[in-house]
Amino acid sequence: MSNMVVLPMIVPIITGVLLVFLRDYIKLQRIVSLLTMLFVMGVSGTLLYVVQHQGIVKVDFSGWLPPFGILFVGDTFALILVLTASIVTILCLVYAFATIGERHEKMYFYPFVLFLIAGINGSFLTGDIFNLFVCFEVMLLASYVLIALGGEKIQLRESLKYVLINVVASWMFLVALAFLYGAVKTLNMAHIAQRVAEVGQDPMLTTVSIFFLIVFAVKAGLFFFFWLPGSYSVPPTAVQALFAALLTKVGIYALIRTFTLMFPLDQGVTHWLIGTLAGLTIILGCMGALAGKDVRTIATYNVVISVGFILIGLASGTEAGYAGAVYYLIHDILAKALLFLILGTVVYLTGEIVVKNMSGLIRNYPLFGWLYFITMCSIAGFPPLSGFLGKVLIGQGAVEGQNYVLLALGFASSIIVLYSLLRIFLASFFGETTISEEDRIPIPKLAMTSFVMLGVLIVGIGVGAEALSPFVEDAAETLANPAIYIDAVLANME
Amino acid sequence: MESLMMLLIGVLVAVATYLVLSRTFIRVILGTAILSHAVHLLILTMGGLKKGDVPLLNQSNGPYTDALPQALILTAIVISFAVTAFVLVLAYRVYKTNGTDDFDKLGGSSDE
Repeated sequence: MSNMVVLPMIVPIITGVLLVFLRDYIKLQRIVSLLTMLFVMGVSGTLLYVVQHQGIVKVDFSGWLPPFGILFVGDTFALILVLTASIVTILCLVYAFATIGERHEKMYFYPFVLFLIAGINGSFLTGDIFNLFVCFEVMLLASYVLIALGGEKIQLRESLKYVLINVVASWMFLVALAFLYGAVKTLNMAHIAQRVAEVGQDPMLTTVSIFFLIVFAVKAGLFFFFWLPGSYSVPPTAVQALFAALLTKVGIYALIRTFTLMFPLDQGVTHWLIGTLAGLTIILGCMGALAGKDVRTIATYNVVISVGFILIGLASGTEAGYAGAVYYLIHDILAKALLFLILGTVVYLTGEIVVKNMSGLIRNYPLFGWLYFITMCSIAGFPPLSGFLGKVLIGQGAVEGQNYVLLALGFASSIIVLYSLLRIFLASFFGETTISEEDRIPIPKLAMTSFVMLGVLIVGIGVGAEALSPFVEDAAETLANPAIYIDAVLANME
Repeated sequence: MESLMMLLIGVLVAVATYLVLSRTFIRVILGTAILSHAVHLLILTMGGLKKGDVPLLNQSNGPYTDALPQALILTAIVISFAVTAFVLVLAYRVYKTNGTDDFDKLGGSSDE
């Protein structure tokens, strides 16, 4: 049973490699990649159910018991993210079937999406810090290719910068790993946590933890987000949506895992720093979103704002804050995917990216327009949509942790987010239509299907929050009490 | 010995930083390659340089040298090899399509 934990990573890799050999059979590629993701969704859903009833599951590779071998650990937090990620990937794939074009499909688009997912799922599930580095690299290599695929001037330009920034960040990850290994002589995350707790988190270990903070902050777009608006706005829409939904979330996951499990003891330094960076991220992100004139800039800065907002939950250091962060992560993965898909389609329909130059889309595409409206309300946090409960819980965490400045910044940012998205709604969707009924380009049926399903999920998560709460509470409890995780992983160690 | 290694790593990082901050593609890429060499040496040094025998059970009675840093470096070398290969090809394509190998002339803002 516990061997199932490895499937969300290994199955996409195997089918991805297979698809490389099926280059010319586009229909088959579509079917296989979709089936793979459905399978991963099923597996992660089953595991989530198992963990809820039997506690954390883990698999020690080749039977090497901790702390010597590499292992995968499925706790509720990781599995919720794996499940959400696979659902979003399915819907982005459905959108890609209709829009990505034969040229991409023949240039190994599907294999690279599957490799990307393998890296992401591996990062969520691994229990070994060096293995986390390897999974990050798998994910990043796939993302380098997906950004550059298409080979347009602007894509190549942005992808080169993106690659170099990430190479330097990965270098810092290795530096941090070297110092950590020198200090605690182990790589198993639970074992590191145990050793750090035994010797106490001295200034040396805190410095190492700040190295990790910088590395993951670059990947998550926390304060060091200078690379994000450029590289997220150049690839095709389906890839943009995948990136916006998932890539920064892996960085956020790593930050939460690192600072709740391995280095939770010197909160005065580390959590203060995370809080400060989160606050600055929100302020700078809001400036970007307000100043943006085109839909892509506005959308990418909205990603930045949400990164800052989620990490307020971590900075508060309370169980309510963690629960809020988990809840908001689920919401944000779905909502950002839908936002990027819709805005990408707007650009496709009008051929414009500047907000002012579009008008009256809702007359030609009523359902499409109202779906954008739902997304906007959900991201701004209107009840009963999915963003609301996450915002309430993060706010509660900030009050309990007495971070009143962050609380104010977080909720002020909601208004800016609403304003920036409402501007697109009023300018581009309302008003006189510029496209006549005859020139109207139809939205592909499959694309519409994926919008509707994402929209249903966003409403469903908001309305059905009660059904989701046992899982979120369990995830937050494990984050707040790292002993649960450590005991489960090191159960057979004397 | 450890101090000597740390000095060497420092020199390598200094050289690499100089290269990464320059403007032509190829110098930046060479810089990242040297950076990765520096960090591999760092992992080796932090793991402790030779302090015991070969870690084979029947060969000696110990104490054994820690073999894990080597395994980590091997993995890291493979990854940095793959990334360097990819980024070289990418830089070549960028040079061909954009007609420059200078970051300053490449331009930056996405709304051009």
